[in-house]
Amino acid sequence: MIRLPEFTYVAPHTVDAAARLLTEHGRDAALVAGGTDLFPNMKRRQMEPKVLVAIRGIRELRGVRGSSDGWTIGAATTLSAVTAHPGIARDFPALATASGLVSSPQLQNMGTIGGNVCVDTRCNYYNQSYEWRKAIGFCMKKDGDICLVAPGSSRCWAVSSSDTAPVLWALGARVRLVGAGGERTVPMAALYRDDGIDYLAKRPEEIVTDIMLPPAEGWRSVYLKLRRRGSFDFPVLGVAVAVRMDGEVVRDARIVLGAVASLPRPAEKAAAALVGERFTPELIERASNLAAGPAKPLDNTDFSHPYRKRVARVYVARALAAVAGFEDAPASEEIA
Amino acid sequence: MSKNDFAVIGQPLPKIDAWAKVVGETKYADDLFLPRMAYGKLLRSAHAHARIRSIDTTRALALPGVYAVVTGADLPRVKFGILPVSQDEEALCNDKVRMVGDPIAAVAAVDEETAERACRLIDVDYEPLPALMSIFDSLTHPEVRIHDYGDGPNVHKNVALQFGDVESAFERADLVREDVFFFEGNNHLPMEQHAAVAQWGSDGKVTLWSSTQTPHYVHRLLAKTLDIPAAHVRVVATPVGGGFGGKTDPFAHEIVACQLSKLTGRPVKIALTREEVFYTHRGRHPVLMWIKTGFTKQGDITGCHLRTWLDGGAYGSYGVASTFYTGVINPVTYKIPVYKFEGARIFTNKPPCGPKRGHGTPQPRFALECQIDKAAEQLGLDPAALRRRIVAEPFTKTANHLTVTTIGLGECIDKVVEASGWRDKRARFGVTAKQPGPASPRKRGVGIACSAYLTGAGTAIYWNDMPHSGVITRADRSGGVAVLCGATDIGQGSDSVLAYVTAEILGIDPKDIHVHPADTSLTPVDLGSYSSRVTLMCGMAAIQAAERLRAAIFTAVAKKLEVSPASLVARDRKVGVSDDWDKAVPFARAVELGEALHGVLAFPGSYAPPKRAGKFKGGGVGPSPCYSYSACVVDLSVDEQTGQVDLENVWIAHDVGRALNPLLVEGQVEGSVYMGIGEALMEEQVFRKNLHKHPSMLDYKSPTTLETPEIHTILVETDDPEGPFGAKEAGQGPLLPVIPAIANAIHHALGIRIDEVPITPDKILKALEEKRLGRPGRVGPQKLPLLTFKEPLVVESAFGQPADAVVARPFTS
Amino acid sequence: MRVRIALTVNDEAREALAPVHKTLLEVLREDLGLTGTKHGCELGECGTCTVLVDGEPVLSCLVLPVEVEGRRITTVEGMAQGGRLHPLQQAFAELGAAQCGYCTPGILLTATALLAERPSPTRQEVKEALAGNLCRCTGYTKILDAVELAALRMGNRESRA
Repeated sequence: MIRLPEFTYVAPHTVDAAARLLTEHGRDAALVAGGTDLFPNMKRRQMEPKVLVAIRGIRELRGVRGSSDGWTIGAATTLSAVTAHPGIARDFPALATASGLVSSPQLQNMGTIGGNVCVDTRCNYYNQSYEWRKAIGFCMKKDGDICLVAPGSSRCWAVSSSDTAPVLWALGARVRLVGAGGERTVPMAALYRDDGIDYLAKRPEEIVTDIMLPPAEGWRSVYLKLRRRGSFDFPVLGVAVAVRMDGEVVRDARIVLGAVASLPRPAEKAAAALVGERFTPELIERASNLAAGPAKPLDNTDFSHPYRKRVARVYVARALAAVAGFEDAPASEEIA
Repeated sequence: MSKNDFAVIGQPLPKIDAWAKVVGETKYADDLFLPRMAYGKLLRSAHAHARIRSIDTTRALALPGVYAVVTGADLPRVKFGILPVSQDEEALCNDKVRMVGDPIAAVAAVDEETAERACRLIDVDYEPLPALMSIFDSLTHPEVRIHDYGDGPNVHKNVALQFGDVESAFERADLVREDVFFFEGNNHLPMEQHAAVAQWGSDGKVTLWSSTQTPHYVHRLLAKTLDIPAAHVRVVATPVGGGFGGKTDPFAHEIVACQLSKLTGRPVKIALTREEVFYTHRGRHPVLMWIKTGFTKQGDITGCHLRTWLDGGAYGSYGVASTFYTGVINPVTYKIPVYKFEGARIFTNKPPCGPKRGHGTPQPRFALECQIDKAAEQLGLDPAALRRRIVAEPFTKTANHLTVTTIGLGECIDKVVEASGWRDKRARFGVTAKQPGPASPRKRGVGIACSAYLTGAGTAIYWNDMPHSGVITRADRSGGVAVLCGATDIGQGSDSVLAYVTAEILGIDPKDIHVHPADTSLTPVDLGSYSSRVTLMCGMAAIQAAERLRAAIFTAVAKKLEVSPASLVARDRKVGVSDDWDKAVPFARAVELGEALHGVLAFPGSYAPPKRAGKFKGGGVGPSPCYSYSACVVDLSVDEQTGQVDLENVWIAHDVGRALNPLLVEGQVEGSVYMGIGEALMEEQVFRKNLHKHPSMLDYKSPTTLETPEIHTILVETDDPEGPFGAKEAGQGPLLPVIPAIANAIHHALGIRIDEVPITPDKILKALEEKRLGRPGRVGPQKLPLLTFKEPLVVESAFGQPADAVVARPFTS
Repeated sequence: MRVRIALTVNDEAREALAPVHKTLLEVLREDLGLTGTKHGCELGECGTCTVLVDGEPVLSCLVLPVEVEGRRITTVEGMAQGGRLHPLQQAFAELGAAQCGYCTPGILLTATALLAERPSPTRQEVKEALAGNLCRCTGYTKILDAVELAALRMGNRESRA
């Protein structure tokens, strides 16, 4: 059996106490909510924190509050609870879809939305056991100093593998961060960095406490996920699209791709091409070419990277067709 | 006999071990916890190919909680392997490692964590050698030798057999096709990781509990590798949490657990991690294939010539047999008058391949069935009708001298064609058909394929004249009956089969039977749960034992009732005369009468298959008492923009001879279909930078409920004279046709040929792209290895000759 | 560092003294003797170790016992009540849904949660609920059949009551 390394476990009752503990223990500490990302990584010794600060028991971090004028989701709310929340499902179906497509049903009962937003970047040179990584010579993300997927590179190319992050970004969600020195609220876009190691732009002791959705009015959203199987698998491509219409004309549009870079990647040119236009097959084709163009997947996830690049265009087109309400567009749930 | 003549046979009964399994009572190997037990862990090689300069265990031994550390130096210097001709493994490597994952040293400690930590403190000084990671690498670098034995540099085995003149057969043909195919390797992925617990007693005897499919071979090899009399070794096969061939070799961890137990004076458990299971492997061989077949205009095959190159990995395992199996079973299905086969197994620095469900035969089956599909298209023939026309004749011999008995393949084809609506779907779906409705990227297609598989290998792994299966059946005064048999239940239900056939003969309820599976100190030898042999061989042995017991009981009851023994029947837990049933004696009383007359009622049953090995070198692989047949139709859709395949329905008809329990047979068929789907579409054991690319359950893709279509199973019964109550195998054969049927259905849907498995979405898009560019819409291997095959052993074709004598075998007097 | 862990397992109060980093899977099997809970990867990738916590299926390989103190843990050993098998257990045995039986405990518990929430699921709903439990023997067919049969029987029993 593969087992966890030793650690000290603390379960503070408040966010402030948790933030203090993180500050106190610095690099030795790790935050744990559902444990579905951290524990496998610890078992493979990708992470070896000495102190685990558990936040799942902090009541203020759990549950969905608010109304269609602005839902707030506590970071320790399980993915199952997000999926099952009727308000979320009604107002932001893409978010309900995305949280319902994370890994497996069991894992959704354990994993939290905060955990999924902050999920460690992945790479099939990195998500391996200690012995495997040692045999290949370790990579810079843990224990080594080179990138095995791009050996000449000075940076880590591990892939952002969150299903919910691209959706939240596309929806214009914001996150509340609480640290020992106080709290701040930043847009999702400001939470990430294009680096496989330092992929989160927050300070290590800051805790994502809440995810705040904008007023739902007028937004339509779709999330499509590419993966090998309908369960278990992380996204090898995620496409989140959110649009607001003025009659038949697109007023606002955001397209964010998941699993194509070390952070969720907004397709700004493609989104801009939609604004002020009516949805037509031609527009969708143009926008999907623009969106997929910048995607540069590397050979470090499932499926070949040329394939992922190719299918990105198809998935964006399908997501746009679905959000446009075109007939025969695949319903988001059917694409797994 | 019709089904109605049986009380137990043919009934959809629960398995006898089902109740324990659904309440969590079943004790698998890792569920055993013995007092004072230590935990063992293996240190495995970090190099694909290296010389071991030195091993320093000092730091590990110094770690608190460590009881013992062993290296190869602490074990008898003796190599082992499942086949007598390939004794090339060491429990702990001494001089050289041949793959990442090769075991080098081992630790026993107070707990698993300490053992693991200690392993990390063992210092190994390696001298890396060039790693040969493919057939091409190994053949183009003869100066680098993985082993110093074999049929040439890095060639483990090179075989060539010719039955009749294939060249003139090709001249007679209207169409001769040459095609090249590749089948990627894959792992069994049993849910249970291998585990073993060893206890070296103070009496100097050792007991090993292990999740093994072959306790008898483990027994033999423990004696050899530990240098201890076999009489002092006891192997108990625990219920196996999935085998599929992956627990059919003796393994390093079994040997090492015994040695660690000897050194520590404690029971020692070694449970492999999932990653270690991928290194232990023995899975499907990657096989490159070239196949040339001649067809007449009507679709008859004039002759066939097959070449296979197997990527064997680092050790021999069953590889010699695997090599033959890639060649010898194809002729069992269709009329192939002349046949030539050349095969070679190449060593590479990867985990050793071995027997996985279908052992060596799914790969050439994929090649043949896809080629037939291509030929049918060229000849303008319906691929189902073509196959129906060329089904082999029952009770004849094949070109390569295999005796076939009953053949239900024609009926299987008819049934799947009818049940699937084949003709209608074939016309309605497909790349050339006009599909109604708005243009959708999803294209539908249907494909068909057939197969055959052996019901037990006709020869033992080591040649001998002893039974392949033995049973002792003992009745006691309670009316209970104990059945002792060395077979291992790996989930297929072999314990239940023993109970069913015994209950049927003795006229009692399966619940009255206590089956005692593999314990080498208690049960007669059964060679193991491989080659689909257990139902037939143990079943026949159990029938013989039960019939002997019944005869003894009948003589006693006959005396008591003053009737002739021949007039007695046993049913409903009674023994009596049918037309005077009121006087029938309860079974328990009948046992008492028997015991009073004869003494203890315990009877042996023995089975050995008919001796039908071909009288030529290599003729020992392929013969079987009888062969099962399957036909499969797959209905699927493919997304031409993403290459994603969705299976809609699978219809499969399987000639099982007789379904001793239709529920269990269906379960075997459904499981085979499932595993075939996984192999066809996603499963692959592949390597990168000398390492297994994805040794995990997450990244090695295995279908979930969502990728598994509705499976429609049809059982065909042919009542084979060789099988127990007419039964043939069901656990492996039905996997075979699924893979080519999927490939053929994809061709029907999109007009492309993916000549290699797994058929992944990127290959589909690539083939579509080729087609769009006006080139052949095909993805598949482009080159073949430069390897000279042996001069073939030329033997006259036995095609069409009458079968060897049926129901003539040892131990039947 | 060993800690005292008080758990409610199958409606019984159980205590164990174990290192805090031992997972629920390990404590159930190694400290409480409940070996009915199996494991196939210990990384959350196969579903074999599924148990119920407050009726919800979770992966015991990724749960720390300290996190579930005071909550109701159900393992396969707790499914039968008063010597009577749960209808799912009965149906799995009758229909041959357990072949090697190794994934069976996890699947039974996942299905228990499904039927508690959705007494008459469609076949597709059963598939979706069980999508996190790998099985290598059955092709899932008999498993789906058995869940449907159990649902039918449980429904009938309730409508009679």
